Amino acid sequence: MAAPEQKRMIFRHIDEPGYTNDLACYQRNGGYEVMRKAFQRKPEELIDEVKKSGLRGRGGAGFSCGLKFSLVDRKSGKPIYLVVNADESEPGTFKDRYIIHKDPHQLIEGIMIACFANKVERTFIYIRGEFPDGAKILEKAIAEARAAGFCGPNTLGSGYGCEIYVHRGAGAYICGEETGLIESLEGKRPYPRIKPPYYPAVLGLYQCPTIVNNVETLCHVKHIADMGGEAYAKIGTPNNTGTRILCVSGHVQRPGYYEFEVGKVTMGQLLNEVCGGPLPGRTFKAVIPGGSSAKVLRFGERFKGKRKAGAEMVEYDWGVEDIPMDFDSLAMIGSMGGSGGVIVMDDSVSMVEALGNINAFYSHESCGQCTPCREGSLWMKKITARMVHGEARPEDGALLKSVADQIAGRTICAFGEACAWPTQSFIAKFGDEFKGYGAGKAQRPQGAAELV
Amino acid sequence: MTLSEDTLRRIDEVITHYPVKRSAALPLLHLVQEEKGFIAPEAVAWIAQKLGLEPINIHELVTFYPMFRQKPIGRRHIKVCRTLSCAIMGGYRTCAEFQRQFGTELGAVSPDGEVTVEFVECLASCGTAPVVMIDDELHEKVGPEKARELSERIKAEAKR
Ligand SMILES: Cc1cc2nc3c(=O)[nH]c(=O)nc-3n(C[C@H](O)[C@H](O)[C@H](O)COP(=O)(O)O)c2cc1C
Ligand code: SF4
Ligand code: FES
Repeated sequence: MAAPEQKRMIFRHIDEPGYTNDLACYQRNGGYEVMRKAFQRKPEELIDEVKKSGLRGRGGAGFSCGLKFSLVDRKSGKPIYLVVNADESEPGTFKDRYIIHKDPHQLIEGIMIACFANKVERTFIYIRGEFPDGAKILEKAIAEARAAGFCGPNTLGSGYGCEIYVHRGAGAYICGEETGLIESLEGKRPYPRIKPPYYPAVLGLYQCPTIVNNVETLCHVKHIADMGGEAYAKIGTPNNTGTRILCVSGHVQRPGYYEFEVGKVTMGQLLNEVCGGPLPGRTFKAVIPGGSSAKVLRFGERFKGKRKAGAEMVEYDWGVEDIPMDFDSLAMIGSMGGSGGVIVMDDSVSMVEALGNINAFYSHESCGQCTPCREGSLWMKKITARMVHGEARPEDGALLKSVADQIAGRTICAFGEACAWPTQSFIAKFGDEFKGYGAGKAQRPQGAAELV
Repeated sequence: MTLSEDTLRRIDEVITHYPVKRSAALPLLHLVQEEKGFIAPEAVAWIAQKLGLEPINIHELVTFYPMFRQKPIGRRHIKVCRTLSCAIMGGYRTCAEFQRQFGTELGAVSPDGEVTVEFVECLASCGTAPVVMIDDELHEKVGPEKARELSERIKAEAKR
């Protein structure tokens, strides 16, 4: 079946010739009109629209955005904060970068609608330190919007006002985890907080109720306010509504960003048609579907079971190419949609070396609070590095797995899972390659890219 | 420690963004590093005093966050992405080429004082791998050839 057309909602103007990131251009394209209308409505109605839309967070966990808005503690009398997660640090993910650099006012409009709906008067955009230009672009856009009355005191003459500030991180992946982000924003080391009791909705920034949302998620809020929750929910597939930006990197002919209705495109259509298939003379070997923390999929494996289709249960028997790119399908086959980062590896890649590369990342980025994560991620890195640069033993796969198995579920934050899942899934799916790596090392093709 | 008028003005402005002063720690570290090139012990003490904190509260940030450094680096900072999507597209070769061009080790100042070459983790531009950041500027699809060109450019600028 041919791949569906892209539906560019968030990325509508991203590659449009002549489209610039200033206020005038945004307004020529209807910018801030949705916000004007939204400000005529009751905040509760807007939250209702988001609930009806079925929007799920685009930052990684896929949590219901409407539910998040309704969980906020509104009785405490403390100020409510919105924090925009622009840390974009999950390897394989590069969508927020383009929103921030090329269409910052879309984000600001989304933020202001979410703030108005939740009665937030101060909001911070936490942007990763490695986006210095992005931070400047956002600051300029905020200044423009403020001068035009789209944020700041008495926004749009409504009597309500909200300030937006840009806060730069400084190169630590764990600042993407929402409670680590909050600690970082408080001027501390980004040590994630334990939940319970530190649910951001109740005890977030400065121990006040806090909403943390991803950049893309907040852009969707603008479109929901525009078309209404019900109309939005008709885009995509049930429980996986709207569009989603998929970032494809690695061994395909046309890597890049593609926006589709959620669940309407399959992995095979995405990689073979949209991205032009493997590089000349190569075949696909493995794909990580939702950022480097997601469990790897092996081309050739099959996924069987029963799934819900409307009211009925139907059998499914899928290859990797048949998987619809939505939250529920990817979770059902044992991986996740995560952050939308699709990393493709062809038959030139050694899975031992790829895992060695991933393990080095997690070992570098563990915040170090929890012993299983701090030590385990380091051991996994050392074992895979030794396999690549020193002696590789047939039993190393089992050793790696035993380390990974002792991390997940025993840590303060989900980084524990994020660093264990790659090892667990690589060993489960490519166990033979780990067993035979030592013996076959001499035959590794000359000129293959070094990874560790 | 002396800072320029402009930096001092920006420091005072940014502190007003937060209901709690301590939140301004990272912004102040960025501003000071932008002017001084690195964070010296007296900068740690200065920032701590400015925010009503103990020096350790600032020092522990400098040692945790990868972007802050305690020593000077070369005139230009070359950061090559090391993470998976860039690595499988040849990022290690790109890094080796920069090192060869300037005859330098990872993380060290090159003998001519021009550059510091470093590996960094995913720069969120994986679709145009391999990527490199030189100071604040992102360069996409940097294979060995482009690494040579960029190096030539840096060397030419150094002569002026
Ligand atoms: C280790 C780790 C890293 C994360 N990194 C990011 C990130 O870079 N950007 C992001 O938006 N969410 C990230 N998240 C998810 C956030 O914790 C949080 O769920 C998200 O920002 C919520 O926003 P959403 O509901 O709009 O997706 C990360 C989570 C973990 C556990
Ligand atoms: S799981 Fe890892 S990253 Fe998360 S808090 Fe514990 S040590 Fe830090
Ligand atoms: S892996 Fe290099 S930019 Fe993401």
